[in-house]
Parts: sequence; C-alpha cells; structure tokens
Amino acid sequence: MNAKALILCLLPLTATAQGFAGLGTELEGFAVPQPDPVFDFPTDHGPHNDYRIEWWYLTANLQGPDGTPYGLQWTLFRSAMAPEEREDWKSPQLWMGHAAVTTPDHHYVSERLARGGVGQAGVIADPFAAWIDDWTLQGDWETLQMTASAPDFAYEMTLTAEGPLVFHGDDGYSVKSAAGQASYYYSQPFFRIAGTLQLPQGDIPVTGNAWLDREWSSQPLADNQTGWDWFSLSFDDGNKLMGFRLQQTDGNNYTSATWITADGQTTAYPDGALSATPLDTHNTAGRDVPVRWQVQLPAKDVNVTVEAINPDAWMATSIPYWEGPVTVTGSHAGEGYLEMTGYE
Amino acid sequence: MTRVTLRALLSHWWRNPMQLFTLLAGLALATALWSGVQAVNAEARASYDAAAATLGEGQYDRLIRRDGQPMDQATYIALRRAGWLVSPVVQGRYNGVRIVGVDPLTAPGGIGPIELQDGTDIGSFFTGQGQLFANADTAADLPDLTVVVSPNTAPGTAVTDIGVAQRLLGKDNQIDSLLVLPRQPKTQAALDAVVPQLTRQQAQAGSDIGRLTDSFHLNLTAFGLLSFAVGIFIVHGAIGLAFEQRRPVVRTLRALGLPLRRLVLLMGAELMLFALVAGIVGVALGYVIAALLLPDVAATLRGLYGADVSGTLQLRPVWWLSGLAIALGGTALAASGALYKLSKMPLLAAAQPRALAMAAGQSARLQGIGAALLLTLSVTLMFTANGLIGGFGLLASLLIGAALALPLILDRILAAASAMARSVKAQWFWADTRQQLPGLSLALMALLLAMAANVGVSTMVSSFRLTFVDFLDQRLASELYVRTEDATQGAALIDFATPRVDAILPIQNADVQIAGQPTEVYGTRDHSTYRDNWVFLQSTPTPWDTTFAGQTILINEQLSRRAGLNVGDVIPLQGQDFTIAGVYGDYGNPIGQAVIGEDIFATLYPGIAPENFGIRINPDDVPTFLSELEAATGIAATQSINQAGIKAISLSIFERTFTVTTALNILTLAVAGFAILMSLLTLASMRIPQLAPAWAMGMTRSQIGKLELLRAVLLAVLTAMIALPLGLALAWALLAVVNVAAFGWQLPMYLFPADYARLGLFALLAAALAALWPARRLARTPPADLLKVFSNER
Repeated sequence: MNAKALILCLLPLTATAQGFAGLGTELEGFAVPQPDPVFDFPTDHGPHNDYRIEWWYLTANLQGPDGTPYGLQWTLFRSAMAPEEREDWKSPQLWMGHAAVTTPDHHYVSERLARGGVGQAGVIADPFAAWIDDWTLQGDWETLQMTASAPDFAYEMTLTAEGPLVFHGDDGYSVKSAAGQASYYYSQPFFRIAGTLQLPQGDIPVTGNAWLDREWSSQPLADNQTGWDWFSLSFDDGNKLMGFRLQQTDGNNYTSATWITADGQTTAYPDGALSATPLDTHNTAGRDVPVRWQVQLPAKDVNVTVEAINPDAWMATSIPYWEGPVTVTGSHAGEGYLEMTGYE
Repeated sequence: MTRVTLRALLSHWWRNPMQLFTLLAGLALATALWSGVQAVNAEARASYDAAAATLGEGQYDRLIRRDGQPMDQATYIALRRAGWLVSPVVQGRYNGVRIVGVDPLTAPGGIGPIELQDGTDIGSFFTGQGQLFANADTAADLPDLTVVVSPNTAPGTAVTDIGVAQRLLGKDNQIDSLLVLPRQPKTQAALDAVVPQLTRQQAQAGSDIGRLTDSFHLNLTAFGLLSFAVGIFIVHGAIGLAFEQRRPVVRTLRALGLPLRRLVLLMGAELMLFALVAGIVGVALGYVIAALLLPDVAATLRGLYGADVSGTLQLRPVWWLSGLAIALGGTALAASGALYKLSKMPLLAAAQPRALAMAAGQSARLQGIGAALLLTLSVTLMFTANGLIGGFGLLASLLIGAALALPLILDRILAAASAMARSVKAQWFWADTRQQLPGLSLALMALLLAMAANVGVSTMVSSFRLTFVDFLDQRLASELYVRTEDATQGAALIDFATPRVDAILPIQNADVQIAGQPTEVYGTRDHSTYRDNWVFLQSTPTPWDTTFAGQTILINEQLSRRAGLNVGDVIPLQGQDFTIAGVYGDYGNPIGQAVIGEDIFATLYPGIAPENFGIRINPDDVPTFLSELEAATGIAATQSINQAGIKAISLSIFERTFTVTTALNILTLAVAGFAILMSLLTLASMRIPQLAPAWAMGMTRSQIGKLELLRAVLLAVLTAMIALPLGLALAWALLAVVNVAAFGWQLPMYLFPADYARLGLFALLAAALAALWPARRLARTPPADLLKVFSNER
C-alpha cells in the first residue's frame, strides 16, 4: 500500500466511487453549503474544517521576454476524514499540493502530500498564509508571494491585486446540479503576476495575469456527475468569463457561468445559458481529452474557440486531470485556463 | 513403433528395479538437499526483504542526530518547510515486538509491503486510533492492540502510523530518523543551515542484514550445491550403467530399423520423465528437510545477527521451481554424455560391458589438465581474492580441482603399491584395484567432497565458537549486568551498590557516524576489568592510559577494516579529534564500535546518562545482592543478567548453528555412502568376468569377497587422507576470505584432530557398509555363473 493508494481510498477514485474523486460521495457529519451566504474576511480565506473538501487554486497565463506563452498552477487541496481538526498526527485533515508549469512543448508537474496537525501543511487566514512543505502562498490578498519547487522546475512569483474579489453563482453560493448540490465559490481574477520560472533550460523572467479560486463544500457533485470542464477566460477587452460544464451519466450536462466586467461587476447565468462543445480531442496519457472547444454565451454575444497551448498538459498526480493554459479566438480574443476532470 | 520401442526400453527398468531405484533415489536425494537448503535461504531472504521494504533499510539515505538521540518533531517540520523531502520514522520495542511508525503520505515506499485488504480502516490508521500491521505470529504478541494480520510484514515487526507508534513507545513529538527521498526539489536550503545537529547516513552504510548474513547463507548454499554435485555423480553413474547394459537392446532395436534420432529422443524423454518424478519427490523431501532445519536456522540468524526470520516455511516458487529445474538440468547433464556416445556407436558394435570404465581411462589426460588448471586458479585466488564472489570462486575451484585430481592421485598411489608388491596375490589385488578405479572414481569424488566439506565447515564453525567463547570471557568480565529504566533508577542503583560491590562500571553509548560507518561510541570507566581482559589486534604501548585520559580512542576490527582506519589515524567526534590507540577484536558485532574515556564521553554527549551497568562482585554474593537490590530500589531481578546467563544464551546460539551443521554433515555423508554402494553394486555384476580367472586359479569365493571389502575400505582411507588437507584448505578459505568479506573480521583457525579422526571413521564405516552387500553378493556368486564366463564369450 503506498501513499497514492491511501489517497485513492480516501477520495475513492474507483469505479464504485461516486462522481470524480469521490466528490459525489455523501458523508455524514459534514456541514453543507446553504444559500445566501455571508462571507467574513479575512476569516473565510482560511480553512473551513467542518466541510469535507476545500481548495486554494491559482492559475496564471504568463509571457516570457520573447513573447512565449507559459502556464502556471499552484494549488492546495484540503480533504477531511472528519469535520474537525485535532492535535498532532490525530488530525483528520489531509493536504495535497499540486504545482505545474506549462510551456508550449513541455508540462512540468509536482505533487506534495501532508497530514494536518503537525505543521507540515495548512492555511492561516490572518495574516494569510497557505503552505505545504516549502511551497507557500502568503500575503494580504493585495499582494501575495508564491513559491513552489520540484526536482525539474521551480518558481517564485509576486501577485498584485488590481480589482475586487468576485462571487460566483448566487453571491458565492454556486449550484452544481439540478438536485441542488452546491459549493461556496469566490475568486480573485485580477492579479498581476511577475516572477521567475526555473526550468531545465534556465531561468525565465515572466509577467502575466493570475486567477485565484477559493471553493469549499462537502458534496459538490451530484451522484450522477462524473467530472467537469472548467474555463476561466480573460478577454482582451477587459471582460472575463468563468464557466463550467458538469458531465452527467445520463449524457446531459449542467452548465453555469459568471460574466465579470473589467471593474469586477458580475452577472451569473443559470444552467443552459452557457454551452461548451468539444471540437477536437487529443490522445494524452493514454486517453482522449478534448483540447479545442467552442464556448458560447449568447447573452453576451460570446462565441469563441478555446484551444490548449500545450495539449499534453496532463496532471499525472494521485488524482489525475488535465489543466493548462489556452488561447481564445472568435467573437472575443484573449487567453485563459482550462481544467478537465473525469476523463478516465 | 514408438510404443513398442518405449516398452522395450522400459522393460530394462522392470528387470533391474535396483537400478531404477538408484537413479530415482539419487536424483531425489540430490534435489531434496538442494531445494531444502534453497527453501531455508529463500525464507530467510524473504524476511530480510520484508524488513528492508518496511524500513527502507539500505535503500534511502537517512538523517539522524549526531549524538544518536531522537530528534524533535519540529526538526522534521523545519526540514520539510526548507524544501527537504524527508519522511519520519519512529522505532522501538513494545512487548518484544519491533514497532515501526511511518507517515504513509511522505514515506518513499508508503508503508512497505503491506497491502490493502478487508479490515484496513484508513480512517483509524491515520487518525491515531491505533491500527497496526503485523504477521500472524507477531500479532499474537500484541493482544491488547488492534492488529491487522498482513503476511508480508517483516517477522517480529509491526508497522503503524507514526502517531500511534509515538504514543505506544512513549516518544511523543520525537522522531528517530528521517528517510531522505532520492529526488529532491531544485531549490532547498543547505542541510547544515537548517539542521546542524543532524548527520546524513549514506544508504548502504546502514546495517544491512542481508549482507551480513550472506556468509551464513553461502555456507548453506555450498552445502546444497555439494550435495547436488554428489547426487549428480550418482545419477551419472546409474544412467551410464543403464545405457551400457542396454547396448544389446539398442543394437537389436536399431537392427530392426528404428531410426537413431527417434531412439535418442525416446531415451531422452524416458530420462526426463524419471527426472520429473524424482524431482517432485525431491522437492517434497526438501520441504521436509527445510521445515526441520528452519527453526534452528531462524534462531541462529536471530541470535547471531539480530535478523528476524520467520520460523514458518512457505511454499515459495523460487525454491521449488529451482529444485525441479536442477533435477531436470542435472539429469540432462548426466545423460548427455551417454546419449552422445550412443548416437556415435556403430550400428552392430558388440556390447562392451566395460566401455564405461575404458572411456573414463581415456579421458584421464583431459581430466588431469582440468584439475591442474583449477588448482592453479585456486592458489591464485587464495592470494588475491577479496569479497564474497572471489571467496566463492576460490571454494569452487579448490573443490572441483581436487575432485578431478583425485582419480589420478589414487592411480599413482596404487601403481606405486603395485610395483612394491611381492606376492602374486598382492600384485593381482593392486592391479585389480587400479583397473576398478575408473568405475569407482565418481563415487570416490563424492566421498572426497563430502568429507572435505565436513572438515572445512566444522573447522570454521568450531573455530568461530572457540574464539567467541574466549571473547565472551574477556568481554563479559563483570559478574552481573543490570539494566535500569531511567537515570533516576540508575542513580538509585549506584547509591545502593557502591558500598556493597567491588566496582560499578557504567555502560553508555551514543550512535554516531565515523568515516561514514554507523558506529556505537562507548564511554568507559577506568578499571582493571578492561585493562586486564581486552585483547588488542594492534595498539600503542599504553592504549588504556591515553584513552582513559581522554586523548585517544579505541576501535573495533570491523570499523578498522571498513573505514580503513588504523592505529595513529585521527577520528573527529563532536568536533574534537581523537587518535586511534588500539584496534580490538569484536566478534559477532555487525557494526562499528569505539571506546573513549568516561569523562570525555560525558563532555561530548551530556544528554546521555548510563542506564546499563556492569557490576564486579563475588559470584557467590549475586543472589543475595539481587534480592536486597529489589527490596531497596525496586529494580527487579528480571532487569539483571548474570554473566553465566549471557554466556549460556550465546552458547545456545552456537549449539543451534552446530545442529544445522551436523544435520547437513550427516546428510552429505549419507549421500556419499549411497554413491559408493550404488557404484559397487553396479560394478559387481560387471566384474564377474574379471574375477572368474582368479577363482579358477584357486581363490575361494569368500576370499574374493573379503578382498572386495578390503579394497573399498582401502580406497576410502586413501580418499580420506586426501580429503583432510583439502578440508583444511577449505576452512582457511572460509575463515580468511569469506568471513572477512561478509563480517569484516578474520578468525583465527583452530584444528580439531579428534573431530577429524571421528569423521574419518564415519567415512570408513560408510564405505565399509556400502561395500558389504556387494562383497557378500560376490562371495555368493554361484560357481555356475563364474563358469559361464569361460563358456559364454561375449
């Protein structure tokens, strides 16, 4: 039995499990997101131990001095075996960190696992610090410092907020299925980011835009939902679009979208308003993954083609998925990030 | 056609059941010894592997504190936060079971060989409720804990979450060592800057049980191989004879039109069938042998090396498959010559019953060259070999070379005796013995190998025992050893014992690294116990004076050899330099050891208080002292061991080693005796044409029978005389080459003439017993059979 197997048991990612990574599994004792949330910052930047699953999820579109596009990811997942925190090794909280750098022809991935309770990983709300081992994301949310290191890559970045937090769904209550599964979900999509990528070919100074997602829940997926396709798109005109499509075993999809203006005003769109259609698949890591999409939001006259910068951005981690930078063309031009789960 | 041919070929065996038995029994015995020994080795190795997989022993670098004490858990977190991918391990004993606590999320191998199964509750494993993994035997020793039975866990070990282990072992917030993962991140702080108190131990430097016990397994394997070689001699003889006897059948079948190719194929298939049957029987017998030997072997390994080996045997494919393979391969080897000769035989060649013997004579030259080459190689290796492979090569070339040389040497001796013989009868006896030699030489080689191995291995084991007992006398000079539970109890002991005993000698040590070798440093009190009893292999004129003065250090032979350190070299400890003043023999200890003075030890390692004490006291006063000690301080008698007890334990370990050695000795001798019996039996029927003239010229049948018996004993005596020096050379190779390679120390070689004499006697007895029946048969040959020789020219 290795650590991987343990994690897989914990987040049952098997044929019998419900949904992707067990996110459709119902667990007793955990709190469930309720409508009309009232957030309290900076406390809510910290962990919510009475919920089963939570993440601090940062993606960034970067450019090098020669204009080469890069993608960057820094993610900390919290997963709880029980809705509480306990001292020392008795802690039921488990932490998983993913870091990645995507170049047009390479995808570097690293993963860290840790137990709660002993200080190896955790999140403190004030002053804000999220860490696992030497990977850190800390600061006051106006400015954040971020590092990650792996055997074949490392990075050090500074993030500066240039807009407000935005709340998805109904003021941060994001419904995920017709049956009412939901999560709390807010973002900071207005970070300017600058720093250095350390890659095997050398150090590369980069700048760009970053998007930080915060989401927590206990059963975010319905038991017939097997994965999702998630888009965070930044258009050249300053508007942004967050949209996701949840795949269901009955062949239908559940979609949701948030339109974010350049000054941070949001409009939420219910199921059906957004459509995302795969145009082309790519075989990576032994499976076919859609790496070119048609994304439409008729309410905002959006009809764009989203295409992976590197179609092999497969995250070969304990729980595998696809995550990488994309280009946007069509009615709106821009860039963004695409995440696809459930492609077994 | 095929069926008829097969029936004709097989009919030979039905008419000669004894030959069939020889063939099957020889092969089965050889396979049994081989697979039995392999089974024992496989079981032991599987246990080491499980231990290695559980603890990552030898696979990963480790970080430990320089002073050998457990580190704070915060040290671990500090390293992780500094970018070091390390994983914590906590170890200790609970109810005699080794508890290993790991963090599965960071451990490089997870939690070792344990597999997820029913009853595994990840939640309770992780959250400190206490779920342990252990094999069934070990689980029985932990009745008050939740143990999941997992057969792949190392024997005597329970694996659990680090939090549970800390609680069970009373090591809250403590970590014994950190495994360093092989791939580390690009950016990380320098180790010294984060944790100056830790030292990095290289992967191979850890006490690698597998390497330590190699020598023991090598001995076992050598025995197994030897038995197999002996068995192959038997099979070779039996097959050769059967082929000789079936020449008329072969001639007839071929004359009837059977193609040669099909005949050879059929005879080969027939033999492979026999080999398969005998192989299966042999593997079954091997299982029995292994099951009988394993408890002793396991106890020996545990006692000698601290290696936990499961005492129960599992049917592992690795050894039963190898047993079958070697039975088939051995038969093929033994039969290939006979089949080759058969295929080259002229179609209508007259059956030559003595062809086997004649062929052996013809190849004598080739054999002589081979023997000379191998013996030259072995002499070269004696001076150049270091390491286990070289040692093994030396053993093999020495044994095979000597075996090949044996018939030639015997032939020379017999020729000389023949030349000196005066009477006609004596001349005939020597000449007849000489011409019988080719037929018997395989059996005699088997006897030579068996005897030489017995002499060699028992010399080694006995030398080891003698040295070790002497060493125990020197080392365990104190009459009583008391283990206290903590520093408070230690102080109470000192207060109580000081006015009552001759001396109290605190025993305290720290685990450190010296020149990359894991080493225990002892802080030792200035006392005549050490000055009078310890024996140095090399030293300055006054090693103890300077060491007790805190200026020098004494090291054991293992450390000296492995690190290449000698008297005069300098070793740094905690930043202070010590010159080596002496190297002492330290038999049976797997790791390095060093001794410094008590005062300087206290300065260098202030955190370590002595908890074990040697006490010098009149042996008669021990019982009174112990009962008063318990009444006054609460230190139970079970916390003390008197010297006699330790010695008894050590000696009982050696007794078990002897049990194993003796059992294997007897088995190999028995196989060799069997080989002689079979050779003589088969020769007996062929020898009638040679004996008939002697009978016709007036020798009685009983005289002929007695001479036959005498001849066998004489050949055995000559073989034994050659086996003795060969065995001693073997013992030397084992002690001076194999031991140094495997253990890191050289043992003095002692001789045991009485043992050798007894062994010689056994060998003669075996030869005589083996010759008795064939001799009786010859003595009772009906005169009509002898007469037929003259009337029935073949």
